[in-house]
Amino acid sequence: MSARTLLRRAMLVSAGGALGTGARLALGVIVPESAGIPLAVLIANVAGALLLGILASRLPGSSDARLFLGTGVLGGFTTYSALAVGATGLWMQTPALAAGYAVGSVVLGLAAAALGLRLGRRRVA
Amino acid sequence: MSLILLLVAAALGGLGAGVRYLVDVAVAQVAGARFPWGVMLVNLTGSFALGVIVGALPGAAFVLGAGFLGGYTTFSTTMLDTVALWRDGERAASVANAMGMLLAGVLLAAAGLAIGAAL
Repeated sequence: MSARTLLRRAMLVSAGGALGTGARLALGVIVPESAGIPLAVLIANVAGALLLGILASRLPGSSDARLFLGTGVLGGFTTYSALAVGATGLWMQTPALAAGYAVGSVVLGLAAAALGLRLGRRRVA
Repeated sequence: MSLILLLVAAALGGLGAGVRYLVDVAVAQVAGARFPWGVMLVNLTGSFALGVIVGALPGAAFVLGAGFLGGYTTFSTTMLDTVALWRDGERAASVANAMGMLLAGVLLAAAGLAIGAAL
């Protein structure tokens, strides 16, 4: 890949990432924490995994649209650092809830991604 | 929270996503594309860095943490990669990508929080 192509793709991902991050932060304003669980992060992560599953079954891995929408928008909409730090913070108060939040996020995320792949493959009449 | 702050954080999230893409491409060149080492590296370093920021600079946690590091790290790609590894018969790699990363991420976040609080 030429440096020029790499830079163009990185800018495409950045543009999408700003939109996705903005949407996640806006969701955080609308949906407050519930019992210490960062609900907005959980919703964004599971919904983002579902949407990426749909996208991945429709668009090839390195197309511009996939980079912008998948790596960029949905990559920025979902987040791992907030999950890890959120679970750690919760651990200090209620360890069982922290473990449930962390493992539950991943289990729901995997189910959502698998469901998205299936939904994406289905032909829409 | 002000709209300006949200827009600044979102722009930094875009920057973080761009850095994630570049790290991913660079790591794939060195380590190959069989296992998603690039996203693993991004998510683990991002979890540690967020811990440090929340511990040391809580006032900057929204813009640098939720913004930049939120865009830098990603959850959706990891979920999709984990499903793909499982379907390719790479069961151990799939479990490592889901549960290994989660455990390492939480431990690194805790280490980051402790270090950040001590700074």
